[in-house]
Amino acid sequence: MTERMTDPDAPPATPTPPSEPPRLSPIRLHKALSAAWGTPPGLGRLSAVNHTVLGKRFIIAAFVFFAIGGALAMLIRVQLATSETAFVGPDVYNQFFTMHGSVMMFLFAIPMFEGFAIYLLPKMLGARDMAFPRLTAYGFWCYVFGGAILVAALVAGVAPNGGWFMYTPLTSSTYTPGINSDVWLLGVTFVEISALTAAIEITVSVLKLRAPGMSIDRMPIMAWYLLITAFMMLFGFPPLILGSILLELERAADLPFFDPLRGGDPLLWQHLFWLFGHPEVYIIFLPAAGAVSMMIPTFARHELVGYRTVVVAVMAVAFLSFGLWVHHMFTVGIPHLALAFFSAASGLVAIPTAVQIFAWLGTIAAGRPRYDVPMLYLGGFLAVFVIGGLTGVMLAMVPFNFQAHDTHFVVAHLHYVLVGGFVFPMLAATYYWLPHITGRACERRLAVPAFWLIFVGFNLTFFLMHLTGLAGMPRRVWTYPESAGWDGLNLLSSVGGFLTAMGFALFVMDIVVQLRFGRRFRRNPWQARTLEWATPTPPPAYAFAALPRIADRADRLDPGAIGVALARGEGYLGFDRDGRMETLAVEMASGAPQQVVVLPKPTYLPLATGLATGAVVLALLFKLYLVALLGLAATLALFLAWTPSCGARADSGPLPIGMGETAPPHWEAARPPSWWAMVFTLAADATLFGSLLFGGVFLAVVGPAVPAPPIVLPPALLIGAGAALVAGAAAAAFAVRRLVAGRSPAAALLAALVLPLAAVALLLPVIGGLGDPTLHASRAVTFVTLAYLILHALIAALFAGFGLWRMRAGFLSATRSLDLRLGALWHGYSAAAGIAGLAFLCGLSLLGVVLPAVPGVEGGPP
Amino acid sequence: MALAACGGPYSALAPAGPVAANVALLWWIMAAGATIIFLAVFVALAIVWRRPALLGAAPERRLILWGGLALPGAILLLLLAAAFVLGERLVAAAREDEGAIEVIGRRWEWSFRYPGAAGAVSTGTLHIPAGEDVAFRVISEDVIHAFWIPRLGGKIDAIPGHVTRIRLRADAPGVYGGVCAEFCGTDHAAMFFRVEAHPPERYADVLAGLARETGQ
Ligand code: HEM
Ligand SMILES: [Cu+2]
Ligand SMILES: [Cu+2]
Repeated sequence: MTERMTDPDAPPATPTPPSEPPRLSPIRLHKALSAAWGTPPGLGRLSAVNHTVLGKRFIIAAFVFFAIGGALAMLIRVQLATSETAFVGPDVYNQFFTMHGSVMMFLFAIPMFEGFAIYLLPKMLGARDMAFPRLTAYGFWCYVFGGAILVAALVAGVAPNGGWFMYTPLTSSTYTPGINSDVWLLGVTFVEISALTAAIEITVSVLKLRAPGMSIDRMPIMAWYLLITAFMMLFGFPPLILGSILLELERAADLPFFDPLRGGDPLLWQHLFWLFGHPEVYIIFLPAAGAVSMMIPTFARHELVGYRTVVVAVMAVAFLSFGLWVHHMFTVGIPHLALAFFSAASGLVAIPTAVQIFAWLGTIAAGRPRYDVPMLYLGGFLAVFVIGGLTGVMLAMVPFNFQAHDTHFVVAHLHYVLVGGFVFPMLAATYYWLPHITGRACERRLAVPAFWLIFVGFNLTFFLMHLTGLAGMPRRVWTYPESAGWDGLNLLSSVGGFLTAMGFALFVMDIVVQLRFGRRFRRNPWQARTLEWATPTPPPAYAFAALPRIADRADRLDPGAIGVALARGEGYLGFDRDGRMETLAVEMASGAPQQVVVLPKPTYLPLATGLATGAVVLALLFKLYLVALLGLAATLALFLAWTPSCGARADSGPLPIGMGETAPPHWEAARPPSWWAMVFTLAADATLFGSLLFGGVFLAVVGPAVPAPPIVLPPALLIGAGAALVAGAAAAAFAVRRLVAGRSPAAALLAALVLPLAAVALLLPVIGGLGDPTLHASRAVTFVTLAYLILHALIAALFAGFGLWRMRAGFLSATRSLDLRLGALWHGYSAAAGIAGLAFLCGLSLLGVVLPAVPGVEGGPP
Repeated sequence: MALAACGGPYSALAPAGPVAANVALLWWIMAAGATIIFLAVFVALAIVWRRPALLGAAPERRLILWGGLALPGAILLLLLAAAFVLGERLVAAAREDEGAIEVIGRRWEWSFRYPGAAGAVSTGTLHIPAGEDVAFRVISEDVIHAFWIPRLGGKIDAIPGHVTRIRLRADAPGVYGGVCAEFCGTDHAAMFFRVEAHPPERYADVLAGLARETGQ
């Protein structure tokens, strides 16, 4: 049942497991676990790492940003209510709509779903917390600080003003000389850190931290949705992060990635942006659809029909969504065949989406449906989202797109999809899970009128906007002439906007009323059949006093009975072991218990690290590069300070986990959560690097053919650097072998430390000999590629040094080799990236020589 | 109110050329289809809620198969075919630039350069012959703009470092409105232009007049 080190050389694990901690009465168990898991009061709240606490904070912060984005929407509607309104001028209006879009997408939608995921996932999966609580907290601080920077810029009147997709050259330093664009590029990237940490956490938590017996095909459907969404984020966000880095480099250091006069191409930004931006839309929709798939079965009183079909459909959506980005670029003059391909592919997503909708309808048909407030909001979701989907299919048709693109028709479409596909389900979800958070049942009085105000107001605003767009009104115009004939429609849209706002105000009042006056209930007010309702409500910090064994699909459970048994400590880990915070990790597919995951206690380190990261961002914003470097060093040092509380200085061997079973602590297991986290981090990192290489090839092959100055790459240095990286990776792997075989890894670690540094020493003269990287995009790409490899080599050396330190500090043994294995993963990736990157550079310099001679290159300069 | 969208100087639903006419036709087909599909979904919702018995025993699989797979698949195929036929004219942009009017976007105005007319240039007003296909070669001098004459047909972006092409036709002489559709900064909203379609027999004179003006 338990998993040991798989290495055949490994000595047998320590025998005779320690005995199980004593059983406690339910009350004393609750007290002991609360003491172990609780967040300190007062200022100590800032040290919180608990998922229940942080999930709530994410949700509340997201609602605050929703209010800010909504206020901006109202200002936009005031300005557009009539022709030639003298309310604000273009410079303010441009900040309004840019910030409205950016706040809604990056500071409301994504963090809102992250909050729901963080709060609910462990409870749905039967775990006591997420896999990396401190990372949750760090992500939260990055989110809040990044959002604060953006909002502060708005207050100061220097907010981003290039639209939420920030097309260059408009956002370049030539046309936006102020810091407006930098605020977006740096602030949003800062917030994206939290999206990436959440993605890694969700992936690992779903794959590893489940109740024993919950095999992967028994997971609650929402876990599938979140798992797939998190995967999409791992591959969707890196292209945007890379694009932001490149654009910021262009603005700050004049590296011409997007400048057509120097071999760059503004279309590269569009490709990178939409490579992220299209999946983003599904990243927002899928978690909401997951919530819908949890609520409908509860109110239909029937399990979700077509569970497997739905999972396949969601995977299909995820897969397809990465192949659709060009439909945002139909009018940039792309070849005929590509138009047809992307048009058909875009239409195709309608099918897996329809499959989900009909699975929900089928569930209602199979069950005995019951009406309640969440169902009302889900009805709104269905109506609005279906219309958004239908206009989406229309926009996928190329000829129609050529007319409707960049008009208010698209504004209408995107709000139908986002409000229909995200806001309505989230309102339903709020009513559905609020009782879980508060322990008070849902009241209907205000919820129903609030719904009708929002629903009618929304449709009044945006249904008419389809027509405004077809009447020729482009998006992002701050004013329009009366002669255009757009007045009447716009005025009605504005009236609708204010009705919607009143509806939301009523909703907020309702929530306050429910918090204060809701009727208390004991457990499971909706008679749901999933595990999150088996916790006490409101949930204690530890969520479950014991972890259940799951013997059926996780949407066929009886939370009432399970909850009572768990509260008595009947199940796994139903005890307090020295005040440690423990939960179980399982084998991914089968759900067999495998490791005891020991989680970290509350700490201020995530806050401090987030502050240091924020200092880096601010320093970059104000072009204080020395300060930025110091901040980076501080951030790194603080991250290292996270580690001493990880792992142990002595072998423990398998621990009793209750139910007569044992499992080793995670640092003695072969594939603990952190190992998987490293794998997924590297996958995201590789996507970033792949996007860079894609950019290089794109510029060389289809970018404006501006003759490139020669690039000198001394072969001896490149080969030497590649060899050093590979040798470093081999040394890191060898260090693991030595350690596992019970011998000292010191010499191998030293080699793993020195060899990447040697690679850096070889690459630095290559960068130095490159000549001015601002002359041409091909040089700039070469420069960034080399810088990427140097950075990875430096971090590899750092990992080796860390390994040496951990060895000296007594954290390593034949069974405790995790630290070295994480380092070896990084080393391996750095070597692979090194080989790929250096080969790419050689190819690029060859292309640079050959290409200007090739006739008929598309898109030459005018 | 719905009628408001169908009139107006910038309305894509008041087509004045074959490209725009095809798209308007496509729109009305799609709007009707979408209405039917939307109503069908809500009829389905009413049935599954109130009278699931109408669907026979174990209706879930059939619902998913027909509603999720077969029906949308068939509709999509039809729609793609219709869009292909109706859009052929638009997408088959001129491949060579001979005779194309050069459209130059710059913040915040449009200039037009006419070929073979002794350097005739106009700014803010585009002159085209009516009743003929006109090819455009679109470039930008600064940021991205988009060249759009809603009543004649689809738009195309003006991108620095690129040349994009589009072909449009005005059926009858007259004046049409043009706009910049891609956000280009402060005066994006003011980047309108005027399109004058002249009877073909008078077009040469117009250009000659322009050339004289430009020359001065
Ligand atoms: C219900 C209240 C809302 C109203 C009245 C509203 C109104 C508007 C309007 C009028 C525009 C177009 C501005 C222009 O092009 O000049 C716009 C743009 C946009 N909205 Fe909203 N909105 C609302 C909610 C939302 C929500 C909930 C989201 C996302 C989850 C969202 C995302 C966006 C985005 C991404 C843009 C594009 C911004 C850009 O062009 O850069 N909006 N909104
Ligand atoms: Cu898209
Ligand atoms: Cu413009």
